[in-house]
Amino acid sequence: MAQTVNPADALSIDTAVVERIVVGFIREEVRKVGFERVVLGMSGGIDSALSAALSARALGPENVTPVIMPYRTSSPESERDARAVCAHFGLTPDLVDISPQVDAYFTNRFPDADRARRGNKMARERMAVLYDMSMAHRALVVGTSNKTELLLGYGTVYGDMAHALNPLGDLYKTQVWALARHLGIPTHVVEKAPSADLWEGQSDEAELGFAYAVVDVLLYHMVDERCTRRELRGMGFQDAFIDDITRRVRDSQYKRRPPLIAKLSARTIDREFRYPRDWGR
Amino acid sequence: MTATTAQQQHQREASPEAQAEVLREHEPGEGGVRVVLAQIAPRLGDVPANLRRHLAIVEEAKRGGAHLVVFPELSLTGYFLKDLVPDVALREDAPELAALARAADGVDVLAGAVLESEDVRFHNAALYFSQGRLLHVHRKVYLPTYGLFDEQRYLAPGDRFRSFEAPFPAAAQRRAWQAGVLVCEDMWHLSAPALLARQGVELLLCPSSSPGRGVAHGEALGTARSYDAMTRNYAALTTSYLLYCNRVGYEDGINFWGGSRVVDPEGSVCAEAGDGEELLWHRLDLDAVRRVRLAYPLLRDERHDLVDVETDRLRDLRRTEQ
Repeated sequence: MAQTVNPADALSIDTAVVERIVVGFIREEVRKVGFERVVLGMSGGIDSALSAALSARALGPENVTPVIMPYRTSSPESERDARAVCAHFGLTPDLVDISPQVDAYFTNRFPDADRARRGNKMARERMAVLYDMSMAHRALVVGTSNKTELLLGYGTVYGDMAHALNPLGDLYKTQVWALARHLGIPTHVVEKAPSADLWEGQSDEAELGFAYAVVDVLLYHMVDERCTRRELRGMGFQDAFIDDITRRVRDSQYKRRPPLIAKLSARTIDREFRYPRDWGR
Repeated sequence: MTATTAQQQHQREASPEAQAEVLREHEPGEGGVRVVLAQIAPRLGDVPANLRRHLAIVEEAKRGGAHLVVFPELSLTGYFLKDLVPDVALREDAPELAALARAADGVDVLAGAVLESEDVRFHNAALYFSQGRLLHVHRKVYLPTYGLFDEQRYLAPGDRFRSFEAPFPAAAQRRAWQAGVLVCEDMWHLSAPALLARQGVELLLCPSSSPGRGVAHGEALGTARSYDAMTRNYAALTTSYLLYCNRVGYEDGINFWGGSRVVDPEGSVCAEAGDGEELLWHRLDLDAVRRVRLAYPLLRDERHDLVDVETDRLRDLRRTEQ
């Protein structure tokens, strides 16, 4: 383990190096499969702003279509911020209001559904819109999930977790903030409290029960450095917190894997049948 | 410095016209062995496309007066092949290798491929072509199977580190160079350059497909830092030139960071590529090797007898412990 005076220092990144690698990633992996364009959901939050900014840098703003997909309870500030980010990076957004399809489903059939079900449904409606846009624009869907939420399982499987490419999936939220500042994303978008905006007043950190700045340090040392519990305690983390995070990571493992296949043949897909995704590209 | 000494002597004896000729020969960039590190992004699994690219680059290098072109590890196939290994594998008598051999006429070429043996083993091989034929093969000994690497699942390890004479026929050298190959992970094992040094190498050829990773603690890529230290230290400790040719591009979202470089026998980086496709040119000078070995007679003083005796002792000790 790399010893540092302050464990949080481990999360600092050379933003120029990271930008270069991620921009190259988008450019190469999009063009390699014969595409020039991408679409992505634009919430007004920092993750989608960063994904959009990186995509614009990789492919040119004319090849990036951000789609703003509010539900009727979404905060108007979110749409305003999404538009501000688009304007800042020269992007022209599409707007698709997902209220009709979401309401049609719940109002008639499941009026008592709780907000978790409604939130998941919204995330999956947005996915369905993006994949339709992907066909319409001949564009790949770019994801906006960061490493923190992927590890915690704080996302909707086949909803916001569905995309062709994810430029942010190996960056903790803390690192997303650093890269967003480096790319000049408007300050109020960088600094506002993170929210999935699935219902009014929702806040990531209130819902999760801890601050990203804290959990990122724990996750980095658990996942990237594979520190022992004794070492984690030495950094000041309580056993209960370590247990909670360990459980979240373990219990959401299924979300990060393709569906299980019942093994029968001698060469099962993804077990013995192993080809690169860039096969023939 | 031999060049200067020989030149001075020549000048004392020769006519003014001949002197001018000698001086021209020693202008910067003239003489010695001109090498090209072909820092490319091979196409994954597409041997025909990669071969065409190799032939074009070799032709360009030859036109520019190069004596050696070094390609990255698995330059004919790409790196994260997985189950494509048997599909892209070539036998030593494959027409693709014959084509490269033919191109290696007047310029030597080091390229990477998967070699299939008669008993159906697949090797991650570096192939050295010279004067129209395959002169030397190094099969990667250390196949990384940890982290993002899975080479031992698909490939068989080589079993030797052998130096060979790199003739550079067009370079008008007074003799061939003693060269040795380390493919990527081979470099992470101290014994590998040591074994080549023991065989008198003056030129370490290090093709690589190194994925960029490690962005924590606010520092540049961790892998680039590791290779920076290894290449400089190996060159200095073996008082040899070291040519590190890494690839660029992305495979399955994983980037290769480039940074190909020429390191001189003192351990100084004398030429370095960026992070994109590039042909990096440099000139190597046998006299520089001699000069550094005069200053640092490390190889003269190396105790091979001690290594042999200690290796035997340790082997015996382990036997008695069992």
